[in-house]
Amino acid sequence: MPDRVGIVAAAMTKFEAAKPWQHLAELVLEVTDKVVEAAGISLQKDVESIVSCSQDHWDGRTISSMPIPDVTCGHLKDESKVADDGAYAVLYGAMHILSGDHKLVLVVSHCAESHTDGTIIENWSIDHIFTRMLGLDYTLAAAMQARRYMDKYGITPEQFAKVVVKNKGNAKKNPYAQDSATLSVIDVLKSQMLADPITVMDRKPVSDGACAMILATEEIAKKLTDKPVWIKGAGNCYDPHFLGDRELADCDALETASKKAYKMAGIKNPVKEIDVVELSEYYSYQELLWTEGLGLCKRGEGGKFIDSGKTQLNGDIPVNPSGGLLSGIPITVAGMSRVAEAVWQLQGRSGERQIPGAKLAVAHGCGGICGQMHCVLVLGN
Amino acid sequence: MANEVVKKEPMFTEGYVIMPYKYSVGTLASKFFIEIRDHKKINGVKCPKCNIVIVPPRSVCIKCFNKIEDLVELSGKGTLVTYTVAHYDSAVQAMKPPYAIGVIKLDGADTAITHFIGEVDFKELKAGMKLEAVFNETRNANILDIKYFKPVKNKG
Repeated sequence: MPDRVGIVAAAMTKFEAAKPWQHLAELVLEVTDKVVEAAGISLQKDVESIVSCSQDHWDGRTISSMPIPDVTCGHLKDESKVADDGAYAVLYGAMHILSGDHKLVLVVSHCAESHTDGTIIENWSIDHIFTRMLGLDYTLAAAMQARRYMDKYGITPEQFAKVVVKNKGNAKKNPYAQDSATLSVIDVLKSQMLADPITVMDRKPVSDGACAMILATEEIAKKLTDKPVWIKGAGNCYDPHFLGDRELADCDALETASKKAYKMAGIKNPVKEIDVVELSEYYSYQELLWTEGLGLCKRGEGGKFIDSGKTQLNGDIPVNPSGGLLSGIPITVAGMSRVAEAVWQLQGRSGERQIPGAKLAVAHGCGGICGQMHCVLVLGN
Repeated sequence: MANEVVKKEPMFTEGYVIMPYKYSVGTLASKFFIEIRDHKKINGVKCPKCNIVIVPPRSVCIKCFNKIEDLVELSGKGTLVTYTVAHYDSAVQAMKPPYAIGVIKLDGADTAITHFIGEVDFKELKAGMKLEAVFNETRNANILDIKYFKPVKNKG
């Protein structure tokens, strides 16, 4: 049985507010072509298994993976789908290899959020007996989490806004990013209020796009590239669904997931050892909360942490040098694109947003209401 | 050629996911909704093993996973844990914005429920404020039988 999983190559589409000229499978086709070329492999001969990530409601149909084998040479091969976040598809693809069943796996994710009204899907993903009829969606729930976080720890909307300023600024250096801007904290605070304290700029924009990567055994990864990226640690954990069952100001599930991943990777002092972090902030406050959950600062210190400047592109531990989800990444692709960005950082392929000499990266995916589930992957070269 | 055509005039086919569904709410929630409909009483469940009181009711304890079979009556009063004011409209919202929604911990319960906050000046919203349930006149055995929670007025 192989003991290491290597990521050979990663690819993305450019993310855009709408891509009306491509249907969903064509988004997958684009990234599949790119990643196969980057890995220097034959899709037909070398790829043994395809793991896709998509969600039925977002694709407006059941069995959203139906068109995937058509564009990935998947016929008469092992094909499976992970619903929810793309980071989990990477984890599942790695399990395929660790099981010894497959030596080379294509992992893909896609979503065109522009095709529908996402608030309906969010509402339908929330408990249907006691909560759905209230019209709750992720933004209202996130606003209640942000408020609780402010109340418990004295975090401020200005500190949330700093995340937007940083990430939209970083996105200017990312050719794949949808939204980039030079903003001030005041710009964010003065933008349209959606649900106090969350403004329209504090929320990730609607986005279309896809992401793919090639995972392989250690032996094959080394043959295919002189820059393999190894999955050194992984952890995932779920919180209860009901908001009232949880302490919303803390992210116990992420703490547990990151501790598991760090232990597996032999990381003792995350903030000292990790060079770069790509995390899934659907809302600005989440970046602060997730940096706590990832053990980069103590509980309640996410605000001070952004104030310190350490998470800036030129800081001690840059967080979301790509621009993060706030720069526009669709759901499901979200976590996988974090892994892809981390892979590029470790391969030295990140262009203007490259963190010089990055050797150890953390990629984080999450899903569900108020970050109910978290997946942490530690990657190294 | 095809590229030029699609860039100029991308085509779409329209679709609507319309799916009627009747969700069985289960044993404990049936009783929970009947109690609200018939007696304007909000019930929780008490875990017989670890004694925590959970609202909305679940048939398995969220802490120790012990099976739960009985409801316990709560007062309908509680404390605001967190809240927001919705300023945007959406296809699923049950109220016209602006309106307040919050997470409310009922007295005697260890978990909290999500519901609207009404009869309140948004500026007065504050975690820790005391609230009490207001019920709709017409009740249909669902969560909207609770109209909202309103601030408890201090008696002069």
